[in-house]
Amino acid sequence: MTEDDLRRLLARVKDGRLSRRGFVKRMAAVGFTAPMATQLLAVTGAAPAAAQSVPAYRPTRRGGGGALKVLYWQAATLLNPHFASGTTNQDASRVFYEPLAGWASDGTLHPVLAAEVPSIENRGLAEDGRSVTWKLKRGVKWHDGQDFSADDVVFNWEYARNPAVAAVTSGSYRDVNVVKVDDYTVRVEFQQPSPFWADAFVAATGQMIPKHLFKDYAGANARDAPANLRPVGTSAYKFVSFAPGDNLRAELNPNYHMDNRPYFDTLEVKGGGDAVSAARAVMQTGDYDYAWNLAVEDEILKRLEAVGRGKVNIVEGGGIEFVQLNATDPNQEVDGERSSIRTQHPAFRDPVVRQAMSLLIDRNALEQFIYGRGGPATANFLNNPPRFRSPNMRWEFSIQKANEILDAAGWARGRDGIRAKDGVRLKFVYQTSVNAPRQRTQAIYKQAAQRAGIELELKSVTASVFFSSDVANPDTYTKFYADMQMYTTTMPQADPERFMNQYTSWEVSSKANNWQGRNIVRWRSEEYDHIFRESQGELDPVKRAALFIRMNDLVVGSNHVIPLVRRPTVSGSLNNLRHVLSAWDGTFWLLNDWWRET
Amino acid sequence: MAGSTLASATASPATQRPRVGPWQEAWRRFRKHRLAVVSGVVLLALILAVAIGPLLWAMPIDEIDFTARLQQPSWAHPLGTDDLGQDLLARILYGGRISLAVGFAAMAVAILVGVLVGSVAGMAGGAMDAALMWLTDLFLSLPQLPLLLLIIYLFRDTLTGLVGLEVGVFILIVAVIGGFRWMQVARLVRAQFLSLREKEFVEAARALGASRTRLVMRHILPNALGPVIVAASIDVAAAIIAESTLSFLGLGFPPDVPTWGRLLFDAKDNLDFAPHWAMFPGVAIFLTVLSINYIGDGLRDALDPRRIISA
Repeated sequence: MTEDDLRRLLARVKDGRLSRRGFVKRMAAVGFTAPMATQLLAVTGAAPAAAQSVPAYRPTRRGGGGALKVLYWQAATLLNPHFASGTTNQDASRVFYEPLAGWASDGTLHPVLAAEVPSIENRGLAEDGRSVTWKLKRGVKWHDGQDFSADDVVFNWEYARNPAVAAVTSGSYRDVNVVKVDDYTVRVEFQQPSPFWADAFVAATGQMIPKHLFKDYAGANARDAPANLRPVGTSAYKFVSFAPGDNLRAELNPNYHMDNRPYFDTLEVKGGGDAVSAARAVMQTGDYDYAWNLAVEDEILKRLEAVGRGKVNIVEGGGIEFVQLNATDPNQEVDGERSSIRTQHPAFRDPVVRQAMSLLIDRNALEQFIYGRGGPATANFLNNPPRFRSPNMRWEFSIQKANEILDAAGWARGRDGIRAKDGVRLKFVYQTSVNAPRQRTQAIYKQAAQRAGIELELKSVTASVFFSSDVANPDTYTKFYADMQMYTTTMPQADPERFMNQYTSWEVSSKANNWQGRNIVRWRSEEYDHIFRESQGELDPVKRAALFIRMNDLVVGSNHVIPLVRRPTVSGSLNNLRHVLSAWDGTFWLLNDWWRET
Repeated sequence: MAGSTLASATASPATQRPRVGPWQEAWRRFRKHRLAVVSGVVLLALILAVAIGPLLWAMPIDEIDFTARLQQPSWAHPLGTDDLGQDLLARILYGGRISLAVGFAAMAVAILVGVLVGSVAGMAGGAMDAALMWLTDLFLSLPQLPLLLLIIYLFRDTLTGLVGLEVGVFILIVAVIGGFRWMQVARLVRAQFLSLREKEFVEAARALGASRTRLVMRHILPNALGPVIVAASIDVAAAIIAESTLSFLGLGFPPDVPTWGRLLFDAKDNLDFAPHWAMFPGVAIFLTVLSINYIGDGLRDALDPRRIISA
């Protein structure tokens, strides 16, 4: 489908000659997903981007549903969404706080504290892409009885962008300007035409904290606010108790702003344990209603499902399990920092070695024998929404070909069978977190590499250390003091802009930024930087998609990043639990709509 | 062992039996402990199995075969396979080498340090004794596992950089486990020394002009060895369990080295579908630790001169 075809179709929708549904269907036929199609309609002003994909809520009265027990095997440690690094903290905050809108599973926006989703039709979106106006829902009250208003929204923007607060959400608020239009209207203004406008005040980073409780803690003392651990939000459940790293309890909010919600009287979010025992606690013993993120071999999940109590929920999103080949040298220390950007990896600077590494991982075996439904093999880093998925990348598993290209490039086998060239031996430290499927992948990779004369030294680090942002710890994934590493990165929104900035040169993780930069593999390309900048100002959705596909091809083509399998979110729930899940937003994004069939 | 040989020779002058040395006597007494003898055979079998087993059972430990995943024991795989189709018998035999080596090496470290500290404290007395016992008490009061984690975290990289990964981790684990189990030995040895050094045969030796070193090496230490050997046997078992704990926690050796603890760790998620995977390494640990404990029991009987075991 060319750009012209697309514009013709959009024009027909605008004139009313083609239904929106018909448009979405036609787009689906040529490979565009519903979410992207609806976003297209919204951007071009042909339709509101409201979600139609949220399942019907049937309970006819508030409460009476008993207890809802949820298991998070990584427990939350704090309850302020602006300090919530990591999914668990974001999700735990989401129990109490709500954003203006959340992302539904089809990638469309669903209004929560907003009265409606802005679009060109309802004049929420400016034609020039430079501002978006949100109308707030009226009659929303905080748990302590105060009214929610535009002042709270403006306060959240001031709070998050304040460098003294050091909020992790600052990236969404730093470069925008927010204006209070009236008590129930705010306008977000962008410095340049912004194709992706639904970042501030939306989903995990958009959770609203109350001005009246945080205004005295909106500076360097932000971490001392009592409400950080005793949240007062607008959601369907009110705070009861919280033990950091362990347990979170909440109860029904009788003044919730949506009718007949919530269904459950109490809510418990229990942390700790591991993924397998969480899966068992739901699907085998039925002790809990829902278990988050079941990073478990599919074999085990299938057998647990066979018990008949619970089911596995697989929601397609942008998560991807991938291997990084360090672009810098982890064994050389420069100014107190290993893997410094001023060094080059002695072996991986040869593209042939990188290509060989990419040929040596059997993605098919990973999908078939380890990840199963939870990990379809992929050659792309950017997989979803499908309109951004590159058709150009292929993956191949061939030990023979790896041997051939290494031989041709002069990497000769030594007496111990390990290849070397100019004193550089192909012996790599390969690290990942402690997690059964990952250790299995390591074993499979190691064996194939061995046959190609490459030795992999396996290292596994406890997840709580590997994924921590502890600056003093050498084993974190952001420090990347190893030759290769593997983990899953997730895509928090149905738009790749924030996702693909992790390969720009200004995001390189280093000592200078306390290893907070998102470019962990430390691969840099001027071309990539250039295309990324271009995409940020590109309002035409079709051209913009082409730019992101080009970015994917650049980074995957370099083989510094080796995509293995897509990771849809996998969770477990009892058969009678009716939940609303979305891979583009947190687990609790629509917790108010959860109920139980009796 | 001049003193004790003389004593036993004069104690039974009338019997017709040939003269038996203290070690033969110990062996005679040890044989009376049936369980200890059986355990000795089991342990010997285990040691032989891990020592020469990998030569006889030539299956590679890391051969991945997806067509043979999670198989029950069969002729091709006598102990079954794991979820990558790797042969469990080969892995257990290989892992046993490491687990047992760690156990015995850590025991050696613990005994060495313990005997050294205990004998110095027992012989020197006074301020030296007090200081060394304070040190012992200090070590006794440290929480072992958290400290172990800390030490591994601190020194792992430095050491593996020096001597390579597997050897480095081996040295570290042996040093750490051994370094935290010498305290009981030290106390035992010190107590023995305090009582032995006042005994007549020691006084006699001293009167004959024996030097302090000779007193310790020839007269006191050999007589104090009984309890030490028993403590050593318990330490072996404790070290094997400590290594298993570390591997089970995902620390210790790299994830692809199949020590018994690591095999258990990998198997635990599949416990209800493939119990054989966890069972065999579990049984191996169980048998080793149990037999070593019984052997220790038997040794205590055999080496305690005050205990009377009839012929």
